[in-house]
Amino acid sequence: MERRTIFAGWKLPLLLVAPQLVLTIVFFYWPALVGGWESLTRTDAFGVHVLFVGLANFHDLFADPRYRAAILRTVEFCAAVTALSLGLGLILAVAADRELRGRDLYRVLMIWPYAVAPAVSAVLWILLLNPQIGFIGRFLASHGVNWDYALNGNQAMLMVILASAWKQVSYNFIFVLAGLQSIPKAVIEAARMDGARGWYRFRTVVLPLLSPTLFFLIIVDLVYAAFDTFGTIWAMTQGGPAMATETLVVKVYNDGVVNLDLGSSSAQSVVLMVGVVALTALQFRFIGRRSGT
Amino acid sequence: MRRSQNWLAHTVLILGALLFALPIWLAFCAATLDPAAIDRGELSLIPRLDHLGSFWDVLVHGGPGVPPVWRMLLVSFGMALAIAVGKIAISLLSAFAVVFFRFPLRRTAFWTIFVTLMLPVEVRIIPTYAVMGDLHMIDTFPGLAVPLIASATATLLFRQTFAAIPDELVEAARMDGAGPLRFLKDILIPVSAANLAALFVILFVYGWNQYLWPLVVATSPSLDTIVIGIVKMIGIDTSTEWNKVMATAVIALIPPVVVVLSMQRWFVRGLTEGEK
Repeated sequence: MERRTIFAGWKLPLLLVAPQLVLTIVFFYWPALVGGWESLTRTDAFGVHVLFVGLANFHDLFADPRYRAAILRTVEFCAAVTALSLGLGLILAVAADRELRGRDLYRVLMIWPYAVAPAVSAVLWILLLNPQIGFIGRFLASHGVNWDYALNGNQAMLMVILASAWKQVSYNFIFVLAGLQSIPKAVIEAARMDGARGWYRFRTVVLPLLSPTLFFLIIVDLVYAAFDTFGTIWAMTQGGPAMATETLVVKVYNDGVVNLDLGSSSAQSVVLMVGVVALTALQFRFIGRRSGT
Repeated sequence: MRRSQNWLAHTVLILGALLFALPIWLAFCAATLDPAAIDRGELSLIPRLDHLGSFWDVLVHGGPGVPPVWRMLLVSFGMALAIAVGKIAISLLSAFAVVFFRFPLRRTAFWTIFVTLMLPVEVRIIPTYAVMGDLHMIDTFPGLAVPLIASATATLLFRQTFAAIPDELVEAARMDGAGPLRFLKDILIPVSAANLAALFVILFVYGWNQYLWPLVVATSPSLDTIVIGIVKMIGIDTSTEWNKVMATAVIALIPPVVVVLSMQRWFVRGLTEGEK
C-alpha cells in the first residue's frame, strides 16, 4: 500500500481531503454525537425540560417486549431475505456460467432488476399479491385461500420478504457469477479428471472456492435487508398489521418521526449503529484475510 | 448428459427471467387499463395499446396528491446526479491525497473517513435530521442530497485503484514536470475511467432509489422524488387510481434501468472489483 514515489507538500493534500472530512464530520460524527447524547436524555411531558437519565432509555428499550419482538422479527426477516435472494442468485449464476446459446441476453435479463427501487418493487408486488386487484392474490382468494395481508400478519411478513428478496437476487447473481468465472478452468478440469462430477464436484471443489464471495454476500444481504428495505415495507404494510412487519428501522421511524419519542428512537439508532459497526468489523476481517492470500 | 444439463440451465434461466420481467409487464398492462376494471380485478397480460394515455396523463398532470411526474423526475434526476457526482468528486480528491502525499494526520484523516464505511443513513436518520435542523437545511434541495454524499465506499475504491498504479508512471510524470494536479487530471483520471463509470452507475441508482431520507427531510410537494410520489399515490385510505400508480412506477424504472444496462460491462466489473 505504501508508495515509494510521492508528491511533496502538505497544504495541497490537506485541502484535497478537506471536503470529504468536513462532510463526514458534519453528517456522521456530529449526528452520532447528537444521537448519543439524546439517547441519554429524556424530555419531560410538557416538552420543556431535558433531563439526563443515563442508560435508562437503553434499559427501558431492552425491557420492552415490543422492542425484543422487533429484534427477533428483524433477524427472521433478514435471514429469510438473505437465504432466498442468495439461494436464487446462486442457482441462476451457476446456470448462466455454462456455455449456453444466448448467454449474454440471459445476463442482461438477470442484471437489470438491480436498478429497481425497493419502494417500486413493493408496488409491483402489491399488483401481484393484493387480494382485491392482485394477479396472484385474487387467484388465491378465489381458490379458497383466506388471503389478506392487511389482516394476516404471517401473510404480510411473507409478502415483504418476497418483495425484498426479489430485488436483491440480481446483486447476488452478479457477484456469484464473477466468483464462478474467477475459478481457474484448470481446477475444474483437474476435478473432472479425478472423476468428480455434477453435484459432488460442485460441493467439494466449486463451493469452497466460492465461499469468500458467499460470505461477503451474506453480510451485504443482511445489511440490505436490515436497512434498505424500509421503502418496501413502508409502501406495503407500514409495519402492520399489528406490528407484524415492523423491523428495527421501521420502528425507529415510527417512534422518532411518527410518535416523536426522541430519547427512545435515539437509543434505538445507537443500538443499530453498534450493530452495523460490528458487521463492518466482521467484514473487514474477512477482506483483510482475503487480500492477504 | 451435457445436453440435458444445458437444457436444464436454459429452463432455470428462462424461469428466472420471467420471475423478474413478469411483474413489470403486468404493471405496464395495468397502466393501460381502466381504473375501475383494475379494482374489479380484471388484470390481463395483454396491454391495451390504444390506452397509453395514462402515461401522458401522469407525466403532465400527476396523480392524486402528487405533482406532475415530469417535476418529480426532475427532482429525482437532480438528487441522483448530485449524489453520484458529489460522491465521486470528494472521494477522488481525498483518495488522491491519501495515496500520493505524506502529510500530517494522514492516517487520522483516512481512518476518520473509513470508520463510516457501512453506516447507512437509515441508522442515523433521527440525529441527522436534528443536525439538518440546526443547519437550516430541512425541506431544501441541498438537504435531500448533501448528507448522502458523505461516504467511505467510493474513497476506498479509489484508494485501491490508485495503489495499483505503478510507481514508474508517477515517476515519469514527475520527470516530465507534471505537478500533482496535472498528474491527477492527465493521468490518474483517464486511467481510472472504467472505475469512474462503474461508480457512477452504482451511485446514480443508489441516489435515484432513496426513500427514507427524502421522506423524512423534505415535506414540500415540490421536493417529491418520483419514488416518494409513487408511495404517496397508494395512500391507504383514499381510493387508489392503480393505472396511474403503475404508469408512474414504469416511468420511475426507466432511467435507472437505462443507466445500468447502457453501462453494464463497466458496472459489473467495477462492482465486483471494488466489492461495493
